Amino acid sequence: MSAPLTASAGTAAIAPGARPATGFWRRALRHRSFVLGAVLSLLVLGAALLSLVWTPWSAYDIDVASKLHAPSAAHWLGTDVLGRDIVSLLLVGARSTIMVGVIAVGIGLTFGVGLGLIAAARKGWTEELIMRMSDFTFAFPAVLSAIMLAAVAGPGMVTSITAIGIFQIPTFVRVTRGSANAIWAREFVLAARAAGKGSFRITIEHVLPNILSILVVQATIQFALAILAEAALSYLGLGTQPPQPSWGRMLNDAQTLLFQSPMLAVYPGVAIAIAVLGLNLLGDGLRDLLDPRLARER
Amino acid sequence: MSVFFLRRILTLVATLFAASLIIFLVLDALPGNAAQMLMGADASPDAVRALTVKLGLDQPLTVRYLLWIKGMAVGDLGNSYVYGTPVAGLIAERLVLTIPLAIMSMLITVVLALSAGIYTAANHNKLGDVGVMSLTQIGIALPNFWFAILLILLFSVKLQLLSAGGFAGWDDGVWAGIRSLLLPAISLAVVQAAILARVTRSAVLEVLREDFVRTARAKGLGKREVLWHHVLRNAMIPVMTVMGLQFANLLAGTIVIENVFYLPGLGRLIFQSIANRDLIVVRNCVMLLAAMVVTVNFVVDVLYAFIDPRIKVANL
Repeated sequence: MSAPLTASAGTAAIAPGARPATGFWRRALRHRSFVLGAVLSLLVLGAALLSLVWTPWSAYDIDVASKLHAPSAAHWLGTDVLGRDIVSLLLVGARSTIMVGVIAVGIGLTFGVGLGLIAAARKGWTEELIMRMSDFTFAFPAVLSAIMLAAVAGPGMVTSITAIGIFQIPTFVRVTRGSANAIWAREFVLAARAAGKGSFRITIEHVLPNILSILVVQATIQFALAILAEAALSYLGLGTQPPQPSWGRMLNDAQTLLFQSPMLAVYPGVAIAIAVLGLNLLGDGLRDLLDPRLARER
Repeated sequence: MSVFFLRRILTLVATLFAASLIIFLVLDALPGNAAQMLMGADASPDAVRALTVKLGLDQPLTVRYLLWIKGMAVGDLGNSYVYGTPVAGLIAERLVLTIPLAIMSMLITVVLALSAGIYTAANHNKLGDVGVMSLTQIGIALPNFWFAILLILLFSVKLQLLSAGGFAGWDDGVWAGIRSLLLPAISLAVVQAAILARVTRSAVLEVLREDFVRTARAKGLGKREVLWHHVLRNAMIPVMTVMGLQFANLLAGTIVIENVFYLPGLGRLIFQSIANRDLIVVRNCVMLLAAMVVTVNFVVDVLYAFIDPRIKVANL
């Protein structure tokens, strides 16, 4: 039953850069997890953008006199131990999170997709070498790389971005190489080769456009993982450093005050969970919408 | 068996060597001089030189690397720059906590994930399936250290049932030790279980669609019997792959979670060593963690071949 469907998807894919089936938005707006994911992700993005132009209070001004205030009209979620407004901290924290995530995923995409495309195009020992190297990188979770970097270069945003970025690479290598191999096996690539196109041109003109939707889906999910890793690293003090607010750091601060102000340990976690849940749902939705062949029951 | 096994062993050894080389280069070649870092920027050059010689850091990089490899082979990891005691002993003390913690959380993960995964697959698209799957979607989105803090809030602050941290040790009996590792193990397990449950569910659903399942049903076997005897064994391959990959996350997770609960395990040791600039301890701890990850994935690879002989043939 699925054979004709796949075949028609195949013909649609011949035109480089072809958009997925028409009426994408109409289908998207009916897709529950896509809509929920998009709303949550936009919420976090909106918070980050808003913090660039406006926060209720300054997220950097310390005012110990008004520390640990309960939620009020002035401070909607109260203040932390240094008297900083929680809402403002959360808004600015969204910015750190998104920045680290975007750069880390960017590193993963650039190197991972590049290497994956080379592996699929060159085959032979090049492919073997790239795949072994990427398997090897799996032995170093982000926390481990961050620890090594922090031990020699000191903790900070650059350390966490590098560590998370490196950890993103092998996943992108695998996904890219796997889906690129499938494209290389198709008739239209054979036709392109017969027409005398070199492997570089084929990669750029045929392979990359056809795996783009898979990469978009993967990048969304990797973004969620990057946010979790960033939160853990800044919680451990290896990532974003004070006074720059970050959600992980806020949780660390809150942990010493569990008995006095338990809610301080709740808000930043909810923020992280919203961001990650949003991106995961968005990724799932995009997978269903962009590539029906991948949409299995999950 | 033999060729397949041999190739895997060779890959394992090569990977371990590569890991040791990277770790050594990052931690020992880049910073310049560990002695300088230990003594601070305003130490006198003579004192730094004396310490350099004392720690053996004046020898060429290759010699130090080879000495380290040789030491690992015989279990002598050198002495801590800060405490002066053998690194192997420091690590062994901490593993008494970290290994039981990792095993406990893996066990909880597997029990939660397999039961949730099989339950949801067997009740595909029914209310229970949708409910449990929504829960796992939320579980995946939770940072494990935040979940840990929430557990502390509930069980230690509100209910006052369990302590908020620390480790009772194994001297007062196994139960006391397990009790203090319970919350950490649960917080590590729940998030991982959410992922593994989804993998299990889709693996079981995939196998349920196979022809041999229909055949088994057609010859009169009950639904339950088919599920347990025919489906599960076939669904285990993807589940085990993910379990192997999760083990790496689990070890990384213990580092974070030990810090949440102030547990004196390997993770805390690493952090103290970073703060103390005790690079030799950091180097050996990171090597140990990387080696554990690589070895577990090796074991998973070999286990596949036992579960599914086709893999062995395909990889020859």
